[in-house]
This record gives sequence, structure tokens and C-alpha cells, in this order.
Amino acid sequence: MQFGIFSVGDVTRDPTNGRIPTEGERIDAMVRIALKAEEVGLDVFASGEHHNPPFVPSSPTTLLGYIAARTERLQLSTATTLITTNDPVKIAEDYAMLQHLSGGRVDLMMGRGNTGPVYPWFGQDIRNGIPLAIENYALLHRLWREDVVDWEGKLRTPLQSFTSTPRPLDGVPPFVWHGSIRSPEIAEQAAYYGDGFFHNNIFWPIHHTKQMVGLYRRRFEHYGHGGADQAIVGLGGQVFMRNSSQAAWNEFRPYFDNAPVYGHGPSMEDFTEQTPLTVGSPQQVIDRYAAMRDHVGDYQRQLFLIDHAGLPLDTVLEQIELLGTEVVPVLRKELAVGRPPHVPDAPVHATLVEAAGGARDVTVYADTDAVTGRAPAPVR
Amino acid sequence: MTGIDEPVRRRIAVVSAGLRNPSSTRLLADRLGDAVGRELGERGAVPSVELVELRDHAHDLTNMLHTGFASPELQVALDAVQAADGLVAVTPIYSGTFTGLFKNFVDVLPEGALAGHPVLLGATAGTARHSLAVDHALRPLFAYLRAVVVPTGVFAATDDFGHSQGVRQDDHVAPLADRVDRAARELTEVVLSSSRQRAADPFDDPTPFEQMLRGGPIR
Repeated sequence: MQFGIFSVGDVTRDPTNGRIPTEGERIDAMVRIALKAEEVGLDVFASGEHHNPPFVPSSPTTLLGYIAARTERLQLSTATTLITTNDPVKIAEDYAMLQHLSGGRVDLMMGRGNTGPVYPWFGQDIRNGIPLAIENYALLHRLWREDVVDWEGKLRTPLQSFTSTPRPLDGVPPFVWHGSIRSPEIAEQAAYYGDGFFHNNIFWPIHHTKQMVGLYRRRFEHYGHGGADQAIVGLGGQVFMRNSSQAAWNEFRPYFDNAPVYGHGPSMEDFTEQTPLTVGSPQQVIDRYAAMRDHVGDYQRQLFLIDHAGLPLDTVLEQIELLGTEVVPVLRKELAVGRPPHVPDAPVHATLVEAAGGARDVTVYADTDAVTGRAPAPVR
Repeated sequence: MTGIDEPVRRRIAVVSAGLRNPSSTRLLADRLGDAVGRELGERGAVPSVELVELRDHAHDLTNMLHTGFASPELQVALDAVQAADGLVAVTPIYSGTFTGLFKNFVDVLPEGALAGHPVLLGATAGTARHSLAVDHALRPLFAYLRAVVVPTGVFAATDDFGHSQGVRQDDHVAPLADRVDRAARELTEVVLSSSRQRAADPFDDPTPFEQMLRGGPIR
């Protein structure tokens, strides 16, 4: 079971003192959050991808590459990578490069984004959201698995004799999750490929999460990737902790009340009851999250949103410390109890290499140099 | 399989967007709901009439605009409307049209939720000057939703509740009770004759991926 942090990378005013970070401060905060996550023993850091204020992470592989250089063990991921408006060719290249630089510590979560105008800004039509997610991923999937691709689709320039470089590290593409909140089509897509399915349920009631995950599990089995309980499931989460429940409620309330998305809407009382948001003591967080599998089955990845709504960096780092020292070690133990041995962990590079029968170099050497006309002689 | 002795059951949802208590909108909604239930009963069907008071869900409706999901109580109301065989929708007229609360409820219904649904429209206002709002404001909204709206919309001004004939002897308008009965007959006719197809549940019956991959239709 993997535990980690996912960040939207929003630049939001702290409602308690009016202070708002600069973009530079926010980018630096994201790096420090990732470093802290590794320091306290969490497994994953995932960055959002956005192309408009108030968000900073427009270039996730740059950010994750920098974090990769400063960490040893942390799995680097995205939440999400826009499979709709990014060119799948560039995704294939960027993340293969990151995979090499990070020693295989990378996976991705495909998503469609939450800002409509990103489609026209990147030359796409929002009405093609699902078709873009399907066609672009079908191409990406091939680019990482076939050395030379001839391809023609409806939504992108055709490719003839195209090789995406670098080839995936050890001949094994990064593991892919598909994230969707509401679209059964994406659960179906994840199931078809035998990829992971992440339900970002942080703003949703558990019965909805259960419905989406249930569909994915059923179809995963239908497509022959294993039993429904062997499908690879990830969930979002949102917590704020202090040693006493009352202290947590008092401190978090102004951030809740003014938060983007749900601020000035439902009360914190209703929202904590209806969504996974848990405000309270570490023990209350443990109790709430230990029970998630009662709804969705034994799962593989739990990511927490903890750095939004203008919370100061020091507070966020304290939250990560609490997660790493008090919450996650207990959850690891509790969730291991009764977990059937045939339920797999989330695939990582080492297990994917093992499943592929070992590492192999898949470098594609060009036949001839286009400039000099000479074939390079590989040195073995 | 429906046996010969199996009664014909029809569910009617009545949505009232009245804000006061007591409310003349609620009075009209109740009259319409009762009339439809009675008419269904007279034609041998077994009716069940469920009332949805939007006033009770005012906060949850606003919250749903923020969060995208319904509170458990609001979800019950949304489900009742979608599961019904016929809908009676009644709103006060504010500033020449349906109220914000009424539109808020319409806005949080899933896309296509009322397509093909038989609907009876009703409205209330202080004076008869607002009576055309039913046809000029409500009817286009339900046309957009692709609902099957019956020809008679029932508008009740405050005065209508004090007259058993037309408000004036010489205005030749049928009294409220007659208009209610006529509209109820129209809705009953559609509700009994329609065999509305429920939309396929994408969770029960997902579009197979190969079909999506070929660029085929997504249901």
C-alpha cells in the first residue's frame, strides 16, 4: 500500500492573515513538501498540471525532475497529466526522460483537467474531451511499446516511421493510472488496459466512489487482467490534524470556509460527514481511512491533499510530519490485516521489470545520420 | 411480466418552489397533485404522489452548485423527480419569470433527466398580469429539457383562490378548479399512454471500450 501527497499547486491567500505567496514561493513550497514526504517515510508525491492562475505547476516534468534529483526513494507521479490537451508524443518523450533520470521512480495519472478554456488555449475542442482521452492514450500506449510507430487518428497529425525517444527505461513503460471523478468511460478505459484507476473522491460522497471503483473492478476482470479484487485502485483524501480534535476544527475552519471549490458553500460539519475530509486528531484520521476499504475493497494507493486553501507551508509540513509519524505507520499495519495475499501492490518499476522477465536495453540506434549520412557504430 | 390483474402503477412527483409558509404555490401544487392522483385513480391506475418542497432544500441546492454533489436529503428529492412517471412543477413568478430556487433545482438535475418526461406546469403570482409567464418563461425552459409538457399550464393569481367562477363575470376565463382539472386530465392521458424508456445506466451497462476506441457512440 502506497501513501502520499498530491498537490494542486494553487497560489491562495491565507484567509487568517491575508498573506499570499509568490509563484516562486509556491513552487519552492511544492519542492519542500515533496522532500518532507520522503523524509517522513511517505511513498508518493504527485503534482497537478494547470495552465492558468492561480496554479503554478504548468510543467510537471521540470518540477518532478528537480525533485527526483533531490530524493532517493520517493515515487513521483502526477495528478493529473492532461491527456486531452497535451500532445501524447510529448508526454511519451517527457515522461520517458523523467523515468530515466529518476531511476524508474515515475508513474502518471491521466486526466482531462478542470478548466474548460485549456482546450481552446491548446487548440482543442472541449466537446472532444472523452475522444481525446481515448485516442491520445491509445497512441501514447503504442509509443512506449513499439519502437517505430505508423499511426493515424482523428484528432492529431498522422505519424509515419516515428520513434519516441528515449525508449522506456529497461524496456518497461511507466505505470499509468487513469483519474476520473464522474466519467464511467474512463473507468472502462483503465479496465481495458489493465492500468490503475484513481478516484479523486476528495469532494465526493463515498457511495459515488464505490460506484466508480466497482465499475472499474468489474470491467478489469471482464478484460482478463485478473480478479476484480486484483484491480489497481487509488483514492484521494483530505485531512487536517491537531492533537485535539477541537484545536484542529478551530484552526482549519477559516481555511475551509474560504477554500476554493467548496468555500462559502456547505458547512464544515456537513462536508466532513459527506466527503473524506477529516478534521481532527491523528486517531480520527486513522479510523476514517482504515475504513475506506470497507467501501472500495483493498486498494493500492492513498494520496492526501494537504497544502491548499492558503495553509502556510510550516503548517503543511507539520501535517506531513503527523501523517508520516503517527498516521501512516498505523494505517499500514491495519490495512495489512485481512488483506488477501493475491491482492497486489501498486506496480512500480522493479515489479514491472520483474514481470517483463528482466531489464533490457531498448535503445533504438538510427540507421544513418540524417546530416552526415553515416551510420553510428554503437559501442557495446 | 405484468399479469392481467397487476394494477397499473404511476408515480407523480410534485415540485413546489413556494418560499412562504403557508404558500399559495404550495396550495396550487397540492391541488394539481391531488387532481392528477384522482384522475389516475378514476382511470383504474394506482397513483402515488410525492411532494418535493424546494424550500426545504434551499441550502443544499446552493451547496450542490458549489460541490457538484447532493446531500442525502436532496438526493432523495432528485431521485423522486427522475423516477416519476409524471412531474407537476409549480413556481412563484418573480420578476416576470420562475424563481432562482426553481431554476437552481432544474440546474442540478442530471443532463437529460427530464427528456421525454410528461410535465404539467403551474405558477402563482399576486395578480393575473403575470399569467403569461407560464408560456413565455416556463414552457421554453422545459422545451430545452426536452420534456413533454401538456398544453394547459395553470396560473393562479391570489384572486383565483377567492372565486369559484372567473374572476370577473365578463372575462370568460374558466375558474381555477376547472383549469386544474383540465390540466390534470391532460397529464394523466400522457402518463398513462407513455411507455417512457429509462436511460441505460452507464454503471450497469458501460460502453465497451473497443466501441469507444473505434470512435463509436458513447452511451
